[in-house]
Amino acid sequence: MNQGFHIAVCGSLVPDPLQTLEPIAGPQGPALKNEMMLPAVLDPWASHALYEAAHLARQDGESRIWLVSIGPRARLQQLMMSIAQKAVFELVACDGPAGGFTDAAEVARVLADTVAAIPELDPQRLLLFGGCASASRDAGATLQMTGERLGITEQFLNVDELTVQEGVLRIKERIEGGRYLVSACDGPPAVVGWATGMLPEPPNNPQIGMQNMRSIMPALQRAKSVTLEAPELTFESVTVPQQRRDTRIVKDTPTDEIAAELVQWLREDS
Amino acid sequence: MSETPRQSLDVDIVCVGFGPAVGGFLTTLSGELTDEQGMPRLESHAMPGMPLQILCYERADDLGFGVSGVVTRGHALRTSFPDLETADIPLAHAVTQEDILYLQDPVGASRRGLGLRTVDSLLRAIRPVLPYADHALRLPYIPGFLRKEGGLVLSIGQFNQWVASRLMSTGLVQLWPGTPVAGPLIDGNAVVGVRLVDQGTDRHGQPAAGYMPGMDIRGALTVVGDGPVGPVGRQLDAHFGLPPGHHQREWAVGMKMVVDLSPDCELVPGTVLHTLGYPEPEIFGFVYVHADRVASIGIFVPSWLDSPVRCGYRYLQHWMQHPALWRHLQGGTLRSWGARTLQESGMRGEPYLVGDGYARIGEGSGTTNVLTGSGVDEAWATGVQLAEAVVELLQAGAPLSRQNLEKTYVERRRGSWVETEARRAINARNGFQRGFLTGLAGMGVTGLTRGALGLADRSQPVHSRVPTPEEFFRGKLTPADVLRVRQEAATRGEPLHDALMQRAGWPQVQYDGKLLLSQQDAMLLGGKVQAPAGYADHVVFVDPSLCERCDNRLCIEACSGQAILPGDEDSPPRFERDKCVHCGACVWNCTRARSSGEERTNIEFQAGAGGLHSAEN
Repeated sequence: MNQGFHIAVCGSLVPDPLQTLEPIAGPQGPALKNEMMLPAVLDPWASHALYEAAHLARQDGESRIWLVSIGPRARLQQLMMSIAQKAVFELVACDGPAGGFTDAAEVARVLADTVAAIPELDPQRLLLFGGCASASRDAGATLQMTGERLGITEQFLNVDELTVQEGVLRIKERIEGGRYLVSACDGPPAVVGWATGMLPEPPNNPQIGMQNMRSIMPALQRAKSVTLEAPELTFESVTVPQQRRDTRIVKDTPTDEIAAELVQWLREDS
Repeated sequence: MSETPRQSLDVDIVCVGFGPAVGGFLTTLSGELTDEQGMPRLESHAMPGMPLQILCYERADDLGFGVSGVVTRGHALRTSFPDLETADIPLAHAVTQEDILYLQDPVGASRRGLGLRTVDSLLRAIRPVLPYADHALRLPYIPGFLRKEGGLVLSIGQFNQWVASRLMSTGLVQLWPGTPVAGPLIDGNAVVGVRLVDQGTDRHGQPAAGYMPGMDIRGALTVVGDGPVGPVGRQLDAHFGLPPGHHQREWAVGMKMVVDLSPDCELVPGTVLHTLGYPEPEIFGFVYVHADRVASIGIFVPSWLDSPVRCGYRYLQHWMQHPALWRHLQGGTLRSWGARTLQESGMRGEPYLVGDGYARIGEGSGTTNVLTGSGVDEAWATGVQLAEAVVELLQAGAPLSRQNLEKTYVERRRGSWVETEARRAINARNGFQRGFLTGLAGMGVTGLTRGALGLADRSQPVHSRVPTPEEFFRGKLTPADVLRVRQEAATRGEPLHDALMQRAGWPQVQYDGKLLLSQQDAMLLGGKVQAPAGYADHVVFVDPSLCERCDNRLCIEACSGQAILPGDEDSPPRFERDKCVHCGACVWNCTRARSSGEERTNIEFQAGAGGLHSAEN
């Protein structure tokens, strides 16, 4: 009998990917220039995980979703204004750093402790959702380590689709060569690290927003302060990916022509 | 197929737009909602047993996107925040130094009348005894009405985020970005709430995948603070009209950049430079220096610059390369870019401030003071005044009717410094409708006599005063030259301004990839413009046949993001939503009036999602 899933979505804020990011050396190590002034969004991979969780929860009506976020409280608060209209969830906030220069193992430790401490969460019904990677710390390992700390052995990464058939999870994972690995998992607990999923971004729904805000603001006020310490971690150098800009606005170009130009560009770049 | 139902939500107060006016309103109101023990003082009528339910909807994708940098005296802000520390607000700094520069034309392409050419010659002749350098005269005296001594330079984007953060931490109000409001819900002569835009539509507004009709948000009070071209304010103006004798015929587009200054730049934080005289005499400019070698720079292109090719971006590039400015800006790098419309009619453009169930605050309510060059402080003050009035009425259990709002909000406003200064300014800009020098003289007289003297208002609707390119460039280009440019531009599907300005003597802009960029690069690198799918186009050519017959398509030339482009032959212009910065300049740069006989033009600027993605502007 399916009593619904308990879905913990791990995800936090990252600088809006549209912004110009410039690493600098700060007093506590590497940082992004003007990071506090940059607009933030929910990590795109985690966003997909949240939307997929909401989709899954809508199907049985008994599931619950917790969004577990580590970040500066004031910035989390602002982030919630953008996403709280999109899906019903309960926020579990940790007041701490959210930059890209934190140790993935430390983040996993805090996330696992936080998830384990959610009072009404049943570990046997737990689906641990998150991005398969992160736009701010692309170690691709945080979710995996969080799952390990929670003792979850069924782990699926780079997931694009999850369906439930008679209680069995049917999961499509991306593998090499643009192909999928389809797995069947008897049920929770499981770790699901999402790639892009299949769902579009939900529209803003004011009623969902009203519903969420009744629990989000108290959750932010309750946010426990966390530190992510990794004294042994040092950064030798920090760079952002090379970007080459050659802007042209050309309308009605045939797709073959665009493809040929891209191939040529990739060849030149390699 | 079953029809998707439109949902409805009952609240107590719904606000439209999150700018300084609504910031002032919510900051003041939220301070009165609970007692010392944190218990609600005012109970919700919409949800009995709950505290007052107050929602604010902001069109842009985040709070603080797409607004402007300012210098302000900050009187009202400091009244609300007596302990305000500039260090708490990114990019805020106290004003340390102010100058006004009169810029002469170093390239010889500017349109200057005989009077101004005479003044220029005189200045050059006696420049050894004047504070003159780099083709610019530093005015030895700044009139008191223009000075911002003791004031602040701010990024309104960052300021709004700071205000929003304080508001949200109270948990007493809800701020929802990314939620455009389609328009007011009007029942008879009462406003009963607002309707949000439909989502999941095609570009014509027809239902498509994921269609969700915009929700109706019903409240006892709708607070309209959606700025100069906001759809709610404009629809109220269309429904109720403007008070007798009022009109909105003065506009400007403000276009600005946030710049990382070069390490060699000698400008100190808190410096404020105002410029006038170049690239065209009518264009005013500004440089506001923040901490850490960052500056906001930009220009205002007014509606009384009677050019059919008034392209803000092109003018901005020439302005920043003026030697008196370039010596500070050379080597700088663009961080952010944006543009917005300013409603500069002041009190003369004031709409009905209140009605049953609604009140208007901020720029859309006519608060911008064109004499003092100030708007943020005034907008904030009107928000505070409305909040005080609402608290008074709610505590008395009185309905939020037109009559009660008149007695409380409007009376507060009429008795305040906002009104006093607005009355002084009412005739300040009248002279500019007749010429630059007349305008300067008129403004000076009005300012120095504290509004006692001024030139009469002889304004005409903006759309009726724009000459054709053939008329505007007479003496510099022949009609045959203009025709050739028209034909070439039509073939390439491009605006006219670059070709016409170059033929008229403006030098080609040599891009440096840092500060001098193509308009598209400025938009992508500085504006980070976005257009989410699933929404209707918000720029609508109301009567396409009017556009088809139009031979003076200023909407294309003036478009800040090059989002309006020539369409197919004999067709209306093409609108590309993914390039729109939502500045609203198209509304007042359209040269064709609607056949209904009003002063409204043939472009409707509706509620739309997306736009700029920078919070530094």
